Amino acid sequence: MDIHEYQAKKILSNFGVTIPRGGIVYSPENAENKAREIGGSRWVVKAQIHSGARGKAGGIIVCNTPLEVAQATDKLLGKKLVTNQTGPEGKIVNRIYIEEATDIEKELYLGLVFDRSSESIMVVASTEGGMSVEEISKEKPETIIRSKIEVAVGMQNFQARELAFGLGIEPELIRRASETIIGCYKAFSELDATMVEVNPLVISKQKQILALDCKMSFDNNAMFRRSQVSELRDKTQEDSKEIFASDRGLNYVSLDGNIGNIINGAGLAMASMDMIKLAGGAPANFLDVGGGATPEKIVKAFKLVTMDEKVKVILVNIFAGINRCDWVAEGIVDALKKIEIKVPLVIRLAGTNVEKGNKILKESKINYIEANTLEDAANKAVAALNK
Amino acid sequence: MTVLVDKNSKIIIQGFTGKMGSFHADEMIKYGSNVVGGVTPGKGGSKHLNLPVFNTVKDAVNETGADASILFVPPAFAADSAMEAADAGIKICVAIVDGIPSHDMIRIKRYMRRYTKSSKMTLVGPNCAGIISPGKSMLGIMPGHIYKEGRIGIISRSGTLGYEAAQQLKNLNIGVSTSVGIGGDPINGSSFRDIIEKFETDDETDAILMIGEIGGPQEVAAGEFAKENMKKPVIAYIAGLTAPKGRVMGHAGAIVSAYGESAIEKVEILKECGITISKNPSVMGDTVKSVLEKI
Repeated sequence: MDIHEYQAKKILSNFGVTIPRGGIVYSPENAENKAREIGGSRWVVKAQIHSGARGKAGGIIVCNTPLEVAQATDKLLGKKLVTNQTGPEGKIVNRIYIEEATDIEKELYLGLVFDRSSESIMVVASTEGGMSVEEISKEKPETIIRSKIEVAVGMQNFQARELAFGLGIEPELIRRASETIIGCYKAFSELDATMVEVNPLVISKQKQILALDCKMSFDNNAMFRRSQVSELRDKTQEDSKEIFASDRGLNYVSLDGNIGNIINGAGLAMASMDMIKLAGGAPANFLDVGGGATPEKIVKAFKLVTMDEKVKVILVNIFAGINRCDWVAEGIVDALKKIEIKVPLVIRLAGTNVEKGNKILKESKINYIEANTLEDAANKAVAALNK
Repeated sequence: MTVLVDKNSKIIIQGFTGKMGSFHADEMIKYGSNVVGGVTPGKGGSKHLNLPVFNTVKDAVNETGADASILFVPPAFAADSAMEAADAGIKICVAIVDGIPSHDMIRIKRYMRRYTKSSKMTLVGPNCAGIISPGKSMLGIMPGHIYKEGRIGIISRSGTLGYEAAQQLKNLNIGVSTSVGIGGDPINGSSFRDIIEKFETDDETDAILMIGEIGGPQEVAAGEFAKENMKKPVIAYIAGLTAPKGRVMGHAGAIVSAYGESAIEKVEILKECGITISKNPSVMGDTVKSVLEKI
């Protein structure tokens, strides 16, 4: 789960990280007042969407008067911002963060992630703040320093100090820099985060160490014990079909193609998508109804896939194990009594009681194309598209 | 593969009396697995499915001599249960459960470091289908009948894709020595590398089919291990050619976040390691067959 910049800043400041003064606003009037309240003579108006690269997309505007702050807010609110991470449809701006402008002396990069190889938390830092970590690894890999943290004892002061010295921070600021790095580590480990990124972490002309932009992501599997974090979810930043799916216990990712998929198991779903592509088609979605493929989930899956207007063919691929094909077939027949399908439907069943399952489908009145193997199913789906 | 489970493995079910635990315990018993009891804290002393229920794993081990366990406890309590099994002297534990927080998995793995290599429990999963050695024992939730007895080792992150492979092999009259589902989470109890190493020394296995997917460094680590250390042929299929970058594809671990984690990159690296690639998921069985013909 992702959260907004201003929410991440609030969290990090609770862990001892200094952030520039700022506040969240929902209207231009609000914004003007907030700018006066913050004080100073320059402000940054920042569109709050779940994406990086907002600056290049025009989502961050520097202003010199409270009136300009109001105008910038007016310009951004309600707009869809398209960045290189949002996809062409962009993300809606419903909240604006107003922040005092910082006199930057130096921009650094600080990130914390799970390192899947060492199964530990990795802190990554670089002197090249302001660029994305991908760009840094490509263009200035020699500036990247890493520190692997032993989670059982947590991050130690010396580890933070080593990173701070490694970033070339001047001696009188080392202590503050170490506290900032350890604060980020504590936020990561105490809140079940999967990513914390402060980019840039800046040293201001006034010799303050400030988190100028932050991103945090959290482990969905841990939200049961992080109610304060899960409350920060902003559904306006998510695809509406993906929300429909996650609310119903389905794993769904919206894609660009036109062949809708209903599959049990994430691996089989990815494999079926691969087969569609090899057959010359393009999947409209990834959809895993779960290994069990219960009739309830199948009904919900048909609802979801038919919500997508791009879908011109639906491919159902179920490998029934403990749940038998006859049971799955009854679920499909039942679902199609409730939901009208206007596009060709290809069904491939495999596994336990496959003959019985196919017999049930044939004897029902549903209009479908039977397929036997993964390849056969993909080929028939693409052929149905071209008819 | 006798290194993980065989006919003599004495199995207990953690979360025995729950709906999932009861259902799958029954399926395992029907398959012929040697289930000796189960654990549900607070229900010790009672009987369930005609088998004894214990309050703690230690009690179960002391009374029954259990050396294998399978977890059907909810995700919030799963880490605790896995560590309890390790401490009680269980040798192999399968965590079926989907949804264990990653921070908990790291904790489990750190906890296990207190044991020496010879006394350390092998944890398989979480978020997996478990282990089956056809004709011998099933410590998992797979449909046992799709596996024919034979000499191919299967390792898969995905459950249903592992079934698909077993079915394709069976249709070609090729059997399986052991199939291990290592699970779809970012951090697993056992990695591909851990399991292929076991298959290399298993005299019941001739070749290994590794079914990977996007995300994480595991397939590549296994490929590099195979290149340096293995004599048996390894065949691999990697799912997720069409998966977009930065999105989680169902499995919590199926997300491309670094170089070498996409399907295309993994396939290229594995080829360089001398691994035979199954071009698509429909020909996993055929690819294994063609490799066997060359041995």
